[in-house]
Amino acid sequence: MIGEILVSLLLVLGGGFGLVGAWGLVRLPDAMSRLHAPTKSATLGVGAVLLASLIWFPSQGLGQDWHELLITLFLLLTAPVTGLMLARANIASARRRGEAGPPGGDWSALAADPPPADDRQP
Amino acid sequence: MIRRLLPHPVLSLALVAVWLLLSDGFGRGTLLLALIVGLALPLLVAPYLRGGARLRRPWRVPAYLAVLGWDILRANFTVARIVLFMPRRDLRPAWLRVPLDLHQPEAITALAATITLTPGTLSCDLSRDGRALLVHCLHAPDPQAVLAEIKTRYESRLQEIFG
Repeated sequence: MIGEILVSLLLVLGGGFGLVGAWGLVRLPDAMSRLHAPTKSATLGVGAVLLASLIWFPSQGLGQDWHELLITLFLLLTAPVTGLMLARANIASARRRGEAGPPGGDWSALAADPPPADDRQP
Repeated sequence: MIRRLLPHPVLSLALVAVWLLLSDGFGRGTLLLALIVGLALPLLVAPYLRGGARLRRPWRVPAYLAVLGWDILRANFTVARIVLFMPRRDLRPAWLRVPLDLHQPEAITALAATITLTPGTLSCDLSRDGRALLVHCLHAPDPQAVLAEIKTRYESRLQEIFG
């Protein structure tokens, strides 16, 4: 019973944050701002749904596994990388269109020939 | 000898753990396969890794993760409130240049990921010399306050961990 309430709450929370993430994409004014919605809300939204799944199956006697935990972990590790890639692509293409970009000109996304991905700074 | 066979002990350990969690059940065969993966993969990718991160104070990591977890929760409510209720004309997006005191690439990566996952900020790029991070704020009437928070709340903690 308590498990069911908890699972329902988590599912509603997860759905809510997923909706907020999607709504942010529609509502926020520019491309950089729009990136904020999916990197945060969507992450917690999916996390809440996975947590609900993690509680639901053992409480129904359907066996326990930890895949959901790993999905959450991988999601938290990869969301910032996706965000960074989208931001860099966005900065570079804004510059190509002649729009105002970030202050300062020494960002690596603006390099004429970008350094290789595994270029490491000293 | 041990160093040659196990160039990245923490990575090996993490691989074994992930493999065990990924497979159903913890049979002897699974454990054997997990050990093989944990031993072989780091050896295969060793040429592409640097020496690996040196954690000077690894016991501070759990505290940092706790702060991070709490801030991720906070971040979601902050961003949700801005998305749902703030009128568009009140929104003050800002670019922020964060000069870095961290040197290790692993530490900078951790800071960049932290910034992206926490309230209203998104790390966007690294300067070509690797000494500054470009951050975008969704709503920052006072960018200097955001900069101070990043420096004191996250970077100083990472500085202690990585040394």
